[in-house]
Amino acid sequence: MSNCETCTNKLSERGFRELEQFINDLDEKTGAVISVLHKAQEIFGYLPREVQQFVANKLEIPVSKVYGIVSFYSFFTMIPKGEHPISVCMGTACYVRGAEKVLDEFKRALNIEVGETTADGKFSLDALRCVGACGLAPVVLVGEKVYGRVTPDQVKSILKEYE
Amino acid sequence: MSRYKMHVLVCGGTGCVSSNSLQIVDNLKNHIKENGLENDIQVLKTGCFGFCEKGPIVKILPDNTFYVQVKPEDAEIIVKEHLVKGRKVDKLLYKEPSTEKSIDDSKHMEFYKKQMRVALRNCGFIDPDNIEEYIARDGYQALGKALVEMTPELVIEEMKKSGLRGRGGGGFPTGLKWEFARKNKGDQKYVVCNADEGDPGAFMDRSILEGDPHSIVEAMAICGYAIGADKGLVYIRAEYPLAVKRLEKAIKDAREYGLLGKNILDSGFDFDIEIKYGAGAFVCGEETALIHSMEGERGEPTTKPPFPAESGYWGKPTNVNNVETFANVPVILLKGADWFQTIGTEKSKGTKVFALAGKINNVGLIEVPMGTTLREVIFDIGGGIKDGKRFKAVQTGGPSGGCLTEEDLDTPIDFDNLLAKGSMMGSGGMIVMDEDDCMPSVAKFYLEFTEDESCGKCTPCRIGTKRLSELLDKVTKGQATMEDLEMLKVLSETIRDTALCGLGQTAPNPVLSTIETFWDEYVAHVKENRCPAGQCTDLLKYFILEEKCIGCTACSRVCPVEAISGKVKSVHVIDQDKCIKCGACYDKCKFSAIIKK
Amino acid sequence: MGKIKSLDELRQLREQYKSKVDIREKGDQIEKMIQVRVAMATCGIASGARDVMNTLVDEVTNRRLDNVVISQTGCMGYCYAEPTIEVTIPGKDPVVFGEVNKERAVEILEKYIINGELLDGIIPVTHKTVDD
Repeated sequence: MSNCETCTNKLSERGFRELEQFINDLDEKTGAVISVLHKAQEIFGYLPREVQQFVANKLEIPVSKVYGIVSFYSFFTMIPKGEHPISVCMGTACYVRGAEKVLDEFKRALNIEVGETTADGKFSLDALRCVGACGLAPVVLVGEKVYGRVTPDQVKSILKEYE
Repeated sequence: MSRYKMHVLVCGGTGCVSSNSLQIVDNLKNHIKENGLENDIQVLKTGCFGFCEKGPIVKILPDNTFYVQVKPEDAEIIVKEHLVKGRKVDKLLYKEPSTEKSIDDSKHMEFYKKQMRVALRNCGFIDPDNIEEYIARDGYQALGKALVEMTPELVIEEMKKSGLRGRGGGGFPTGLKWEFARKNKGDQKYVVCNADEGDPGAFMDRSILEGDPHSIVEAMAICGYAIGADKGLVYIRAEYPLAVKRLEKAIKDAREYGLLGKNILDSGFDFDIEIKYGAGAFVCGEETALIHSMEGERGEPTTKPPFPAESGYWGKPTNVNNVETFANVPVILLKGADWFQTIGTEKSKGTKVFALAGKINNVGLIEVPMGTTLREVIFDIGGGIKDGKRFKAVQTGGPSGGCLTEEDLDTPIDFDNLLAKGSMMGSGGMIVMDEDDCMPSVAKFYLEFTEDESCGKCTPCRIGTKRLSELLDKVTKGQATMEDLEMLKVLSETIRDTALCGLGQTAPNPVLSTIETFWDEYVAHVKENRCPAGQCTDLLKYFILEEKCIGCTACSRVCPVEAISGKVKSVHVIDQDKCIKCGACYDKCKFSAIIKK
Repeated sequence: MGKIKSLDELRQLREQYKSKVDIREKGDQIEKMIQVRVAMATCGIASGARDVMNTLVDEVTNRRLDNVVISQTGCMGYCYAEPTIEVTIPGKDPVVFGEVNKERAVEILEKYIINGELLDGIIPVTHKTVDD
């Protein structure tokens, strides 16, 4: 990321130490790669190339295998999330109650596609499958906050709360 | 000893928590304390009550009062009026839509009348974080009975006799599955609980784990005893943080009470459970893929045989059951297979939990005996279609299932009937659709899902679902030909017959089932470039009717792209070039002056 | 909490914990229950309603009366006769007893609630309660 090269590096260093500790504490390294990646994503927020390489080295497996796993599971991401990650539920219940239009409106308002982050790093947009609050469909999550029964014309006012 | 005279139960399921129910708990406690009643009245959060549409739910016992859509600030009036003065708060009571009368007792609500709670027996009844409440409700008695009074063979016999079939979708007899796992020799065996609920729109497994985690812990231990395994694993979605937290607590408490660990209840039987986190892959619901994922690999399925019962986790005999299946096990052992046999239809015994959602009045989690008809579920329990619209179809079985229509409404729901109708039970998602839902679009929605979730290992699924969703995209844009529709059918059948695993084989079901029942709708898209449901934006235009528009400007204010022009009190016009067909103006107009065609 | 070492111990524990969910289980079957409501407004509490309430709860628990549920309510309006309790046996009209103390509470429990015999001290119901 371009915003501050040096401070990201500093943060990373501490993060890598934490991750190393986590891996060293494992009882069994075989088959642990998914839980290690969960931990790594918890620390760094995403899984860039250098993190994947680090995990591969520590677990003594090829980096291609780590990449294969990261790209396979939708929970893992290689792009940093925005300061306020927005997730629009696209479970079937939300879909039939108009979630697609809400998602389209977010895309238009932020001028990004699903899986992308705005240039200023403020918002990222994701579609996720069922948060289980189907009574509130369509559901939008901004960070931890849940918005229920969202209509496209509410999108602008939701975004305004974070500006 | 507790001297509480009243209990206030607040729903702590994900839906209600999203609507701030935990704040209600805090506020209630504070107001109760202010009134000096903290030793008389207990406030606790429970699992899901099921009536998610009207959440957050607060229930007061022993008078069994059921409050709906409670806000944190309502805590004060509940305490002052109901708890202190004994007067029910009418404005928070549920009003039956048909009679508009307040109902103060959940037993008299249409939503609950036809339900029967077996798997959900403790959800919304006990505090899921409190093992003592679970024990008070006969918790771990079934495990005790199995360990002390029954041989493993007898446990399996009882399960076989009960007729319980796997609730994850397949419907395979559970007792038989256990027997295979028992008969296969191995120095180490495993019990796996599949809690990777991936069907978008299904949340029954999550609700059980959130509302009654101990029932799963107990059932897994029973299964371990029956098949000869001392280790259990729960494979759970990382996206379910609340369920994970409650399950972790349940496992920890069970260990402390000696109900997990070495020599349980002095029977010589050891068993412990570990949690494994999924990372978001629908295909991991397939048992071989799930096992590979637990081993830290990509979650790709492998061909069966060998079945996991022979060679599963790390090549050892492994028994995989789904959450809801496990939830039934302790009750069956306690009340007996004969009791369980009396519920349900000839070939599908017991109850089934459904996540009822979509265009229905009462969205929620319901449990009904097998054999209940769709009509009872949708119209009696579900309260009918939202906004008085017409029922069009109900989708069961998620991305692997199909649509059932008006003429199937009186079919008793069970595994075999749903299959015969071209759908399937699946894990229990039930999405209701009304006249505004376009069936090719629904099929496209599911195919985009399976295309996205296809693991890519076999060609029919990897390429086939992609081509299917492209063809469906053409249909919804009015660009398809009749040959394309033919191709949709042929390709669907090919994928069904040739894909490697269950996900691929069932992926075309949403297409086949909607083509079969809504052929005319497909043809209208192709031949007339028309979407009868008025949903496909590419085939739609919005117009303002001159004679009805009063110039209130509501539409132009709501339009996100400024496509509507017109002065106050004069007729407005939509610029078709600018219009993005979002429908915001259509929804906003109070005078029905905007039409789509 | 130590480890549970046998099935018998687990069964004992269940009995011990039963009271935790007892009120909820009874509430689930409320239409079949004999309901005893103790007026617990300020005047009721001042004249000893809390003692009456606690006595009733203990007696019902100790005697394992699974069909009796005790709850509290607000002022019933019989201020001259506090503490008052209202007993409703399914299918019968509610009966209100006045000037109930601990001993009378036990008497009402034994005679009216368990055996169905009527006894003195009933306040004639001259009005409908707020719930009607």
